[in-house]
Amino acid sequence: MGQQKNLDGYVGFASLPNQVYRKSVKRGFEFTLMVVGESGLGKSTLINSLFLTDLYSTEYPGPSHRIKKTVQVEQSKVLIKEGGVQLLLTIVDTPGFGDAVDNSNCWQPIIDHIDSKFEDYLNSESRVNRRQMPDSRIHCCLYFIAPSGHGLKPLDIEFMKRLHEKVNVIPLIAKADTLTPEECQQFKKQIMREIQEHKIKIYEFPETDDEEENRLVKKIKDKLPLAVVGSNTIIEVNGKRVRGRQYPWGVAEVENSDHCDFTILRDMLIRTHMQDLKDVTNNVHYENYRSRKLAAVTYNGVDNNKAKGQLSTNMDTVDGMSPLAQMEEERREHVAKMKKMEMEMEQVFEMKVKEKVQKLKDSEAELQRRHEQMKKNLEAQHKELEEKRRVFEDERSNWELQQRLEQQKMEASRTLEKNKKKGKIF
Amino acid sequence: MTKQHENHRDMNFSHTVLKQSGGSTLLGYIGIDTIIEQMRKKTMKTGFDFNIMVVGPSGLGKSTLVNTLFKSQVSRKSAGWSRDEKIPKTVEIKSVSHVIEEGGVKMKLTVVDTPGFGDQINNDNCWEPISKYINEQFEKFLKEEVNITRKKRIPDTRVHCCLYFIPPTGHSLRQLDVEFMKRLSHSVNIIPVIAKSDTMTVEERQEFKQRVRKELEMNGIEFYPQKEFDDDIEDKSDNDKIREMMPFAVVGSDKEYQVNGKRVLGRKTAWGIIEVENPNHCEFAQLRDFLIRSHLQDLKEVTHNIHYETYRAKRLNDNGGLHPITSNDTQESNL
Repeated sequence: MGQQKNLDGYVGFASLPNQVYRKSVKRGFEFTLMVVGESGLGKSTLINSLFLTDLYSTEYPGPSHRIKKTVQVEQSKVLIKEGGVQLLLTIVDTPGFGDAVDNSNCWQPIIDHIDSKFEDYLNSESRVNRRQMPDSRIHCCLYFIAPSGHGLKPLDIEFMKRLHEKVNVIPLIAKADTLTPEECQQFKKQIMREIQEHKIKIYEFPETDDEEENRLVKKIKDKLPLAVVGSNTIIEVNGKRVRGRQYPWGVAEVENSDHCDFTILRDMLIRTHMQDLKDVTNNVHYENYRSRKLAAVTYNGVDNNKAKGQLSTNMDTVDGMSPLAQMEEERREHVAKMKKMEMEMEQVFEMKVKEKVQKLKDSEAELQRRHEQMKKNLEAQHKELEEKRRVFEDERSNWELQQRLEQQKMEASRTLEKNKKKGKIF
Repeated sequence: MTKQHENHRDMNFSHTVLKQSGGSTLLGYIGIDTIIEQMRKKTMKTGFDFNIMVVGPSGLGKSTLVNTLFKSQVSRKSAGWSRDEKIPKTVEIKSVSHVIEEGGVKMKLTVVDTPGFGDQINNDNCWEPISKYINEQFEKFLKEEVNITRKKRIPDTRVHCCLYFIPPTGHSLRQLDVEFMKRLSHSVNIIPVIAKSDTMTVEERQEFKQRVRKELEMNGIEFYPQKEFDDDIEDKSDNDKIREMMPFAVVGSDKEYQVNGKRVLGRKTAWGIIEVENPNHCEFAQLRDFLIRSHLQDLKEVTHNIHYETYRAKRLNDNGGLHPITSNDTQESNL
């Protein structure tokens, strides 16, 4: 770097931070948080308390209310706005973790999920068009430790050992209102001792040049792991309205730093270290993943040329070729796929056309038949009508005949009368 | 014990008129009812055994609760506050015996602890060592019983009561809880207990209890007091009341604090003191009364008359008669 030079006048680039700030505010922020722990440790309640929202409410109960047979990984997104700043918060929950009788490998779905998010990001970074790069990598993992008061369980140790190099792990003591202050101290010391013993690398708060900040950081470090209590119910205590849990012997206040470390967690997570968590995820965990993935590629690339370039069946893996060659391959495969799809579509089209033609023919025949049928009906009716008319004519002529006969009879009788009247009948 | 005292007092002042099954009425006071007093004297002299087993994952306050129940340091951890004991890799069975005395009555209390239960990553079949232990104790008793020359008083190491600790998740029973209780409710009296209940508010506690009771019913788990063993209506109504309250939500503590001028056992937090024996705070007092003051003898009887007899019948049926005893004595079974 060059030497530091003093300025003779005011240039104005001191407003850079403001420009960055304005740009970021417009863009909005993203943050992905993962919560892991056995069911019943208050994870959902804590999330609700941290972000003062009802992410899990009675209409949409949290995963712990639904019984799970295997570990699932579930995402929920919520958009929070405060002071003109938008935060797209994604909470990744892991119901079923540690709940079965046999919990071997219950961490595997979680590891797979984290890796898949890294892979998505890696792929979108390697794309030609990088305009849209959504960052869905997990920035922070809150691990909930049950408040046994003794130490870490074998499951806790296994999980943290496997995840500390993939994500920022922040261990928390859940339901801390179970422990008295002395028990809490002992428990924390025991946990930190075991964490060091097993060489688990939990998230470290960075040291800064600022004295004031360093003092705060040191205070936080002394209190690790943080013992938290979650609640969103508001209770009146000494005239003040506070969030807490009401017991027959008193009220445990969530935001009282004598009662639990909730405020420290919230401040640390949201107010001071959110950006740092994202940076560490990007610079350390993601880079680790990326270098591991790409190293595997170049190593395999050499071998592969010897083996006459075998195609990998899964288009997504990078195994087998260098990135450029892989892109070529991808393009070729894409074209081939397109062609195949086209052919298939044509086939389908022809088939459909044939079907339609057949159908039309059928309906035509059907119509013809009906036409015939109708004609027949009509003729039958016609004949019937003819019959009727003939009968009618017959009747008529009969009737006319009768009438004439009657007429004749009448005339005959009349003439008789006339004759009678005219002359005496001899 | 108090009931018997009262009877003793009344005995001397009334003529008891009994209608025997033969229909004869007594013409004067004979003194048959002093048998209760005689039994009491005998019991005081010989003392009695009680074996209680505590099962549950580590960190639920099992040892603390047992200490609180018997108001003395009788648990496995009584030797010292060994917080940093490593969780064992397999379920172990550790039993500690003490003789405690109260009002002239001696009790040999054995507490059987099961460290490592439910603590591993893979907890398949973690109930097997426990089942094996219970059956071993039955076997020991059976062997003694079928001996030709029996000891005057067979030492009773059978497990009379098993307190199963349910973690206060607030949601429902875990699969492990259901599996364990299903398999063991037929060989031992299981009393489910909600541990560390100071985690839950009163409403959460009620909801959780209801859900647990429903799940126990759904899975056909008969916990003590079992409905099928209620002798008469009085028993049934008493036991029904108790069954409504189970599982008891308890808090254990062996530290004393000053509350309203009294010294009470409790836990001191920044927002208040939880009194262990206060029925508004937790149900420890009810559990203690139930376990020790009213149903202690019944627990032993059910274990002897029902669980042990079931085991014995099964053993004798399966083998078509007992095998000759393979221990030091060379006697054959005379069944």
